[in-house]
Amino acid sequence: MSIELIIGILNIVLISTTPLVFAGIGELVTEKSGVLNLGLEGLMLVGAVTGFITLVITGNYFYSLFLSIISGVILSGIFAFLVLNLMTNQIATGLALTIFGIGLSAMLGKKFGGTPIDGLNPYYFIVISFLLVFFVAYFLSKTKTGLIVRAVGENHNSAYALGYNVIKTRYLTIIFGGVMSSLAGYYISICYAPMWQEGMTAGRGWIALALVVFATWKPWRLLVGAYIFGGVAIMQMNLQAIGVKLPGQFFNMMPYLATIIVLVFISSNKLRLKLSAPSSLNIPFEKNQ
Amino acid sequence: MLRKILTFLSFLAVISVSAVHADQKKIGFIYIGPPGDHGWTYMHDQGRIYMENALGDSITTTYIENVPENADAVRAIRKLAASGHDLIFTTSFNYMDQTLEVAKEFPDVKFEHATGFKRMDNVSTYSARFYEGRTIIGHIAGKMTKTNTIGYIVSFPIPEVIRGINAFYLAASKVNPDVKIKIIWNYSWYDPGKEADAANTLINQGADIIVQHTDSYAPCQAAEKAGVLAFGQASNQEAFCPNSHMTSIEDIWGPYYAAKAQAVVDGTWSSEDTWQGFKDGMVEMSPYNTKLLPLDLILEAKNMETAIENGTLHSFEGPIYNQAGELVVKEGEVADDGMLASMMFYVQGIDGEVPQ
Repeated sequence: MSIELIIGILNIVLISTTPLVFAGIGELVTEKSGVLNLGLEGLMLVGAVTGFITLVITGNYFYSLFLSIISGVILSGIFAFLVLNLMTNQIATGLALTIFGIGLSAMLGKKFGGTPIDGLNPYYFIVISFLLVFFVAYFLSKTKTGLIVRAVGENHNSAYALGYNVIKTRYLTIIFGGVMSSLAGYYISICYAPMWQEGMTAGRGWIALALVVFATWKPWRLLVGAYIFGGVAIMQMNLQAIGVKLPGQFFNMMPYLATIIVLVFISSNKLRLKLSAPSSLNIPFEKNQ
Repeated sequence: MLRKILTFLSFLAVISVSAVHADQKKIGFIYIGPPGDHGWTYMHDQGRIYMENALGDSITTTYIENVPENADAVRAIRKLAASGHDLIFTTSFNYMDQTLEVAKEFPDVKFEHATGFKRMDNVSTYSARFYEGRTIIGHIAGKMTKTNTIGYIVSFPIPEVIRGINAFYLAASKVNPDVKIKIIWNYSWYDPGKEADAANTLINQGADIIVQHTDSYAPCQAAEKAGVLAFGQASNQEAFCPNSHMTSIEDIWGPYYAAKAQAVVDGTWSSEDTWQGFKDGMVEMSPYNTKLLPLDLILEAKNMETAIENGTLHSFEGPIYNQAGELVVKEGEVADDGMLASMMFYVQGIDGEVPQ
């Protein structure tokens, strides 16, 4: 293999993995505070379509990025209100958010499918994604606020008894996760494949969810995991193009299979599971109990 | 689980729009992707709209989009059949068994399955001879490539796709014996990100022409960005990659859909197999890009179209050998439709193996 070929491959891996890093790191923070948001796919699609439409109408990348982020704030805000204030089931609400997002993005984008745009250079986002992982890792382990987020996720009753505002903390982490998903969607429709087509995220939200478990809720492992998933996918394409016979279907299910293996591994030891998964994950918090 | 919910929701949508007029025939469509894909499903939807305009008030149409090719398809097709549809088009190869399953339950409903080969008294099959278009683009690619490497992005290993690869390669290697094609199987019809990755991977490996048999225009866009040439798929994709788009193979379903709907209205519908190409207008080439292609090559391509139309040129003219070197089509003969319909082997000269 020549150097140019290897650089080319790395380039493609970087470009294709970045949305997973964005969506994954956002969901990681949300889950660290004890909330499971299954709505990533919907959030990504709405973020993608909002950014795309704004760019087509205004021609301004800043406005389109801004509105895409706003869409994430609004949608994840609604999700937060439902699961935190109304204490709806997180899994059902997250699924509803995904379905809603798929439908809403399709409706909004109906007139814009097939409008050509000039894509944005993906490298800004690639750099930001690395900085984000660094920031989140530092935030969760070294800052007081980060430790509060983790305390809330481990045991919300104790955190509440200590005087921390569980609901407010979770609102913020959910919205952070929502904004990150929107950015992932924005990146897909503006940088990665500059276009709008219905359902164009093609299941990346689910892979990002699997990734958080695969990373056992650790930011650096999430980054490594994302690049393993992305790298394997691109490597198998390269091998195919060279003429090596590979079971392609197997590689499509690889992220999920790897996640199950990690789950089996961490579940085999109760202590290990406890150390990894936030204990209050997916448990609703009632203030007056 | 999610897909089930989605399919269920789309049923509700279908029921709600099915306002019944007693004398109107109801015609339903099952789509594999969204009508906004500007590819395969888009062209079927254009066909549906053409049919509506042609037949006016004598029909109403409904469609369910994004129906996966699994057991969910049975529920989607059954829902259309049970809600009083007279004619149902199922527009993807892997709806084959699902279509037959529902057709057995509803003998009075007519079914039309695209690109399949299993028929019943109330199930017709229809397809377009896309491979005729692949012969044209193969010829152009063979003459236009400078690196002698062509990148080919494909979805699933089914006869239609493999026939396309073979037709393309036979035409390309005829004018350029040194040509090599690199093939990437994506195992999805529609994932713009992955299609772009595949295109970039192929370009990175030296391909200077990108060919696709997937449904989004991401590969053509990736080619535009990298400054290499490309062919569009299913619909004219020139708007998305004006500086790399040489031509597209377009699927024209409208006239066929209108004719079959008319047959249902008239009560003359019968089960048959339809396989049409350039001659009947079911396959067309988009305008050739005069900025990229030399004039004499455009003329050659047009002459080939005419030759295929009047039968003097065939995409699979013998002698054709398979990869093992066995003669599969003798000199002076052409491959028959039976062989074409079940083609699951590469012709000699293509590297790699057909995935199982």
